Amino acid sequence: MMYGVPGMIAQRLMQLVPVMIVATFVVFSLVYMMPGDPAMMIAGDYATAERIAEIRQIYGFDRPMLVQYFFWLGNAVQGDLGHSLFSNESVLRLILSRLPHTILLVLYSLVLGAAIGVPLGILAATRQGTTLDKTITSVASLGVAVPNFWLGIILVTLFSLGYRWFPATGAVSIFEKPLEALYYATLPAIALSTGVVAVLARQVRSALLEVLGSQYIRTLRAKGLGSGAILWKHGLRNVAATMLTIAGLQVNRLFSSAVIIEAVFAIPGVGNLISYSALNKDFPVVQGVALVLVLVVILTNLLVDVLNATFDPRVAAST
Amino acid sequence: MTDMNMTAMTQTAAVPATRATLPPPARFRFWAWLWADKRALISLAYLSVLVLAAIFAPVIAPYAPNKQDLMDLLAPPSGAHWLGTDDLGRDTLSRLIYGSYNALYAASLAVGIGVAIGVPLGVFIGFVGGWIDQVGSRIIDGVLAFPPLVLAVAVTGALGIGLTNAMIAVGFAFAPVLARTMRAQTLVVKNALYVEAAVGFGASRLHLILRHILPNAIQPVIVEVTLMLAVALLAEAGLSFLSLGVQPPESSWGGMLARAYHYVEVAPEQMYAPGFAILFTALAFNTLGESIRVLLDPTIKRR
Repeated sequence: MMYGVPGMIAQRLMQLVPVMIVATFVVFSLVYMMPGDPAMMIAGDYATAERIAEIRQIYGFDRPMLVQYFFWLGNAVQGDLGHSLFSNESVLRLILSRLPHTILLVLYSLVLGAAIGVPLGILAATRQGTTLDKTITSVASLGVAVPNFWLGIILVTLFSLGYRWFPATGAVSIFEKPLEALYYATLPAIALSTGVVAVLARQVRSALLEVLGSQYIRTLRAKGLGSGAILWKHGLRNVAATMLTIAGLQVNRLFSSAVIIEAVFAIPGVGNLISYSALNKDFPVVQGVALVLVLVVILTNLLVDVLNATFDPRVAAST
Repeated sequence: MTDMNMTAMTQTAAVPATRATLPPPARFRFWAWLWADKRALISLAYLSVLVLAAIFAPVIAPYAPNKQDLMDLLAPPSGAHWLGTDDLGRDTLSRLIYGSYNALYAASLAVGIGVAIGVPLGVFIGFVGGWIDQVGSRIIDGVLAFPPLVLAVAVTGALGIGLTNAMIAVGFAFAPVLARTMRAQTLVVKNALYVEAAVGFGASRLHLILRHILPNAIQPVIVEVTLMLAVALLAEAGLSFLSLGVQPPESSWGGMLARAYHYVEVAPEQMYAPGFAILFTALAFNTLGESIRVLLDPTIKRR
């Protein structure tokens, strides 16, 4: 038995194995959801008989499903996700060239969301019951219900077409021109961040209220500690884990919304890639993007667990 | 036979004891609650109007949804067209009213499929326990790891584009969420004293699940389902915006936004009505869900 953070990481990795198996199996079995002969569907309408036979061989449709799965998984593990049916480009290369745009967008909106949501949550909790608290809570309800892509359209209309402060569409590579990339990603990141702002504001508010109402805070207060010191030294330290966990869970939702936001802002990310490929029945690409994104989400959750355990010894001890 | 007699006995035996302690009949409590919780009242009233609009769309809508007036393209709001017209000269208000049908149908379908898969699965693995629960829970975790809309887009791509397939895909993404809640609730309820008592009286497994576990475990699911209607509505709008959902010429709020966005420099006012329709409806479902949560959970303080 290992204890502490390394032990916890080892245990989490073990728990990830079945999750990975299920997730990859879901991606694999997407092929079987297609009506009719999957090989013909994948090959497309104008495929030759040889091409169909080739695809049947690549996917191994003539063998039992479980054998096919391991065959497919074996290829995927080696980075072979097949080729696009249209451009014949390697699916992995297609995805890797687009993934940075999506990850930049998701991280940017996560940072924006935290920078706005956490202070709002703290404000609401420390002024519980006031008009400010009620306003923040109501705005948070709006933030969950507003369609991100509609907000994106409004932002484009106002700040790109109206004031011309921001470019309306497109993206710049973060590796080539980092500042310009951030500039291009600003409006989409704002549009994407409303959910994070709302959820973080709400959760931080309720977690902080719970901590501030607890016995030991009351003791500290009785001992004469100022409310500022209580909030910063004791209150926030105890809600940090909540914030991190919530932020980690938001990553999943952000990748979801990014699919539509990327369409609004014409960002060449993986979200745009999967919706375009789904529309055009470029199935290897659809499978590849789903696979890569589910792996990104699983690894993010692992990272959040590790960070939580590093900062809070109780988490590592409890596993 | 004896099994049925026994369960009948347990029911009749239980009735006199509880009826005396029962608060006023449920329907009175419902109206009192609704009157006391103004947000729930407004949300429910709005949603009722929306349902009526969806059903009676052909009667209420001033124009047929696909009637084109090529002399009046992208017109601003006027007496003839209260919300203006789109790029094909179709009346925006009429399309909005017809779109409410697709929105509500889509949300109900997705959530219905989620419930139909998730609830039985959750109850089953929670009730049976053991290795079945282990395997089932790992499956739930595995599907939950997907960003829901990414999974929905992928599944829609496989099933073929269109509203019904898109909503089946969204329901597929909802199922593990409901299954997880239902499983956790079942674990709590199945060890309750009244369940043990029913087992003592020789109740069958099916009877236990249907009469005792399901009714007592379903409450959090009711809240979750209401909130999910909002998520499904947003998903429908998003997928239709991407042209994976409702197919033209049928009207949907998301599809209307996609068209309005194309012509946003010519007729910017066209993008407001469908957006607000989505926002208000999602807000109504969310508010109603939160109100039901407060109603069902006495430990939450009222706002």
